[in-house]
Amino acid sequence: MEHSEKAIEIIDLRLSYGVKEVIHGLTFDIYRHEIFGIIGPAQSGKTSLLRCLNRTIDFESSATVSGTIRVDGSDIRRTKDIYALRRKIGMVAPLPVGLPLSIYDNVAFAPRSSGLTKKADLDSIVERCLKQAALWEEVKDRLHTLGTALSGGQQQRLTIARALSHQPRILCLDEFSIAIDPVTTMRIEDVLKELRKEITIILVTNLTQQARRLADRTMFLWNGDCVELDSTEIIFSDRPANSKTYEYVNGIFG
Amino acid sequence: MPMTNNLDPAQRFTKTEFVVRKERIQSITKVLFAVMAISMIIPLLLIIGYLFYHALPSLSWEFLVEVPKKGMRDGGIWPAFVGTLYLVVISLAIAAPVGVFAAVYLNEYAKDNWFNRIIHLAVINLAGVPSIVHALFGLGAFVYAAEFGYSILSAALTLAIMTLPVIIASTREALASVPMPFREACWNVGASRWQTIRAVVVPNSISGILTGIILQVSRAAGETAPVMFTGAVFYKAVERGELFPYQLNEQCMALSMHLYTVATQVPNVKESIPYATAVVLLCSVLLVNAGAIALRVWLRNHKKW
Repeated sequence: MEHSEKAIEIIDLRLSYGVKEVIHGLTFDIYRHEIFGIIGPAQSGKTSLLRCLNRTIDFESSATVSGTIRVDGSDIRRTKDIYALRRKIGMVAPLPVGLPLSIYDNVAFAPRSSGLTKKADLDSIVERCLKQAALWEEVKDRLHTLGTALSGGQQQRLTIARALSHQPRILCLDEFSIAIDPVTTMRIEDVLKELRKEITIILVTNLTQQARRLADRTMFLWNGDCVELDSTEIIFSDRPANSKTYEYVNGIFG
Repeated sequence: MPMTNNLDPAQRFTKTEFVVRKERIQSITKVLFAVMAISMIIPLLLIIGYLFYHALPSLSWEFLVEVPKKGMRDGGIWPAFVGTLYLVVISLAIAAPVGVFAAVYLNEYAKDNWFNRIIHLAVINLAGVPSIVHALFGLGAFVYAAEFGYSILSAALTLAIMTLPVIIASTREALASVPMPFREACWNVGASRWQTIRAVVVPNSISGILTGIILQVSRAAGETAPVMFTGAVFYKAVERGELFPYQLNEQCMALSMHLYTVATQVPNVKESIPYATAVVLLCSVLLVNAGAIALRVWLRNHKKW
């Protein structure tokens, strides 16, 4: 595939919490319209990496970040509008977080907080996002009931709908499937395959097979270092460049 | 698959010595703790019963709305009741907004640095300062330095200073009980801190915030020293049942102070009068607290997670 346009450039990213460095200098690019898989055991810095991307790491007072991250070619540290940056990147957390608002308000929250108030516009955004997240059919008759009353899998799709509601260019999914059943997971995976036509997807996952199914390229992150980054076929082949990768994806260590 | 256990079913569930001992300890601890819990209520019931028993001869609607007569030896407590109402309402009108805003700042905006930790420490320590110290502070700061004189304003400000740290602490606790992922979810979609606070944090902690404030009503109504030093007087002439008898710059009577004077300072008072005063004070406080509980229950039922 063509790897011409870079959605994200990361150059020597280092992150420490207090004195403990958790990401030790990562340099890689993520291309537009690819699904970029990140695998690796717990504590390897996957979630922290995502939090650096949309600068929610700023809320962590002990965290210090160095290095450069460019999203769509512009340095995120020099961005004038941090809220616009965050809207450019959709985030889906590991555990579904339905905000204690109605289903409609959950999805309309982001457009509203960027100043959109017209009901017709909001209606169409809510419908589009819920359809994209494969939730519309189940909830269209009860949009004004509580989002938190949905089941876990539905809430996770609601979270995805919310992440899509601000029309992000990049969608980050942080272990989105740990709280939902395999059937729903497969449905969402189908949704992701659809979405990649429009946006770039970063898929952080503990399920190595999920990365294998979906990702174009996969990075194996271990203790804050990139062990290997290559196309998914090579990572999951018999002979990846690093033997650690082979051992991890085949469950020999991890 | 059928059970292939050759033991008689009754046999299989015979208690071992260990289980018997475990159950005995279990029942002993349960009874012990239940006795503790019940013995908590007994003094309360005794106090209320004792007060009502002695107050009975004076208790009537007349006692509430009538002014004191014959040098406190007869009549009612209306000026003191209204005075307490004034003090509580004004002090909370000052303390509640300041306290809530301060708590929102400390919990939602402030970074975890030495400066904010000092503020936090100061708030916690202020909450433990004895009321007599607040009284002296109010006397120095409001009565003399700010030249408000002995007045309702000085007394209400003193009460506000006294209740403020507790309101801040309880509001912070309520805000902190809102799960962090809610905030993160909002920030992730590009909402500012204020939008997050308004849409998610405050609506989900409002019951705790209001309860914390209302519980300070009883404290403000009950304290004697702060109002005695700054604005409450022994006697103030007021019309029977008059709704707005006081000006802000005037002194007023207060229930707590009135109780103190009729119980200790005035000779030959009818025995039931101090008791009846105490009953009115107690009942007003209990009424407000009951309101707080009802509000909390109502808001809990409307809480969305």
